[in-house]
Amino acid sequence: MIEVENLTKNYGSYQALKGISFTVKKGEILGFLGPNGAGKTTTMRILTGFFPATSGKAKVAGFDVFEEPLEVKKRIGYLPENVPLYRDMVVSDYLRFTAGIKGIKKMDIGDRVRKVMQDCALTDVSHKLIGELSKGYRQRVGLAQALVNDPEVLILDEPTIGLDPKQIIEIRKLIKNLAGKRTIILSTHILPEVSMTCQRVVIINKGEVVAVDTPQNLTSKIYGRNKLIIRIDGPSGDIQRELKTVRGVDKVEVKEVMSGSVSEYIVDIKEGEDPRRWVASQVVKNGWGLLEMRPLEMSLEEIFIKLVTKE
Amino acid sequence: MRNFYLIFKKELKSYFTSPIAYVVITIFMVISGYFFYNIVATFATISYQATINPMVAKQYGLLNVTEIVVRPLFGNISVIMLLMMPLLTMRLFSEEKKTGTIELLLTYPVTDMEVLLGKFFACLAVFVLMLVLTGTYPLLLIIYGQPEIGPVITGYLGLLVLGASFISLGIFASSLSENQIIAATVAFGALIFFWMMSFSSALVDPSIGKIISYISFTDHLEAFAKGVVDTEDIIYYAVFIILFMFLTLRILESNKWRG
Repeated sequence: MIEVENLTKNYGSYQALKGISFTVKKGEILGFLGPNGAGKTTTMRILTGFFPATSGKAKVAGFDVFEEPLEVKKRIGYLPENVPLYRDMVVSDYLRFTAGIKGIKKMDIGDRVRKVMQDCALTDVSHKLIGELSKGYRQRVGLAQALVNDPEVLILDEPTIGLDPKQIIEIRKLIKNLAGKRTIILSTHILPEVSMTCQRVVIINKGEVVAVDTPQNLTSKIYGRNKLIIRIDGPSGDIQRELKTVRGVDKVEVKEVMSGSVSEYIVDIKEGEDPRRWVASQVVKNGWGLLEMRPLEMSLEEIFIKLVTKE
Repeated sequence: MRNFYLIFKKELKSYFTSPIAYVVITIFMVISGYFFYNIVATFATISYQATINPMVAKQYGLLNVTEIVVRPLFGNISVIMLLMMPLLTMRLFSEEKKTGTIELLLTYPVTDMEVLLGKFFACLAVFVLMLVLTGTYPLLLIIYGQPEIGPVITGYLGLLVLGASFISLGIFASSLSENQIIAATVAFGALIFFWMMSFSSALVDPSIGKIISYISFTDHLEAFAKGVVDTEDIIYYAVFIILFMFLTLRILESNKWRG
């Protein structure tokens, strides 16, 4: 549905994109991940035809973004990062305007606008000026204008930024409901959002793609070997020595000294072993207090930081 | 065509949902009304003096409404336009750039040309409304006197093409900056420049002076007020309008490339 090949973009002497390539299949939700200034917005602006790339190719729904921009623009819905809307327009008027300009037939505009206002829960504010709306509502108006022509491709630049937690959950639910027949690219730097909504993740940093995979694969790939985190109340030296002798344990390290005699340890596990029960019984046998034991799963945050900070 | 109409409608509406159009039109009418009152009052005083003192009548030569009221009135209105039009045009692109709405607008399936024409004609429509309102002045003259109708009509035609030229240049200025004050200042400066440059035509070599006064607004406007519609003047204004529309399109395009 979306093919991006070797895209570069220069702003003067500054190279914002250094040859980005990725594809998005039909019906997929792709998370576009990266720190600020990584080139997420630039890529999206190229895909939406707002400005051209310096070099490279981009195709949306089979149409080249540079050669047939109008065909591409007819098929996408775009929500820019700061949700720029006409503040002096009434919500329903604004949506009617966008519906018209996106080529919806005059007789269908009323129905489409009503439908999209229902989907985005805007019916209550349909007669209010956009400038008077709260940030959450404006975000939804932005989403509504992107959806009003029922586009095949949705490009959402940080759709949940600046919202309160309740609104974030609502918007995410809305986006998830949109998936299926639509192809969605969603940029964000909030990582749980990606693991919750996206099927695939593209991580970019400094204008380059550093990883493309599913959120699950990314987690296990970087994580590699299994680790346990154990919090024990007891003498630190003894604990390290004793635990090392347990079957399946490779290495024991103190991660953090908590209050008093309580410490947290990281236990490296040998390939294919699960020593949790033996670790537990060893601790109990020595009369120490086992306060907590959990597998160390690298969160997407940690992976992300690892990916974007490594040289 | 449909996109043009949608943008035209949206722009026109936004002139009247914000106070801009009301404020500009009101001040325009107050000032032009004040000038009209002054001109008519002066004319009445002179006429009264002429009836009792034939020397005054001789001094003024032809004492008729067209020469002493209509022509200066159009001259005054065009000067007020010079001050007011940049205020109508300054927001057209600057505001969209500042608030970022231009990003959405340009990612909709519309061409730059449709956007530009929609904005141009919306502003022109507000201006035409202003002109229609000033129609009360000649109407009063017709009710209470006998001005020639011809120069009134051509005078309005002159104001219309002059206003369209102001708008074209104003939109161009607006496309240059995301700051409305800068857009208005550039438009003021350029308009005053085109207005005043004919003054220096007398100071230079006659052949250059002729070119200068051709480029300036002033000479082309005078013919209209006299009741003459010359194709040369019409072509001048048409070229002026098209030139700045073309430049605006180039600016919109170059913005994309610069990013």
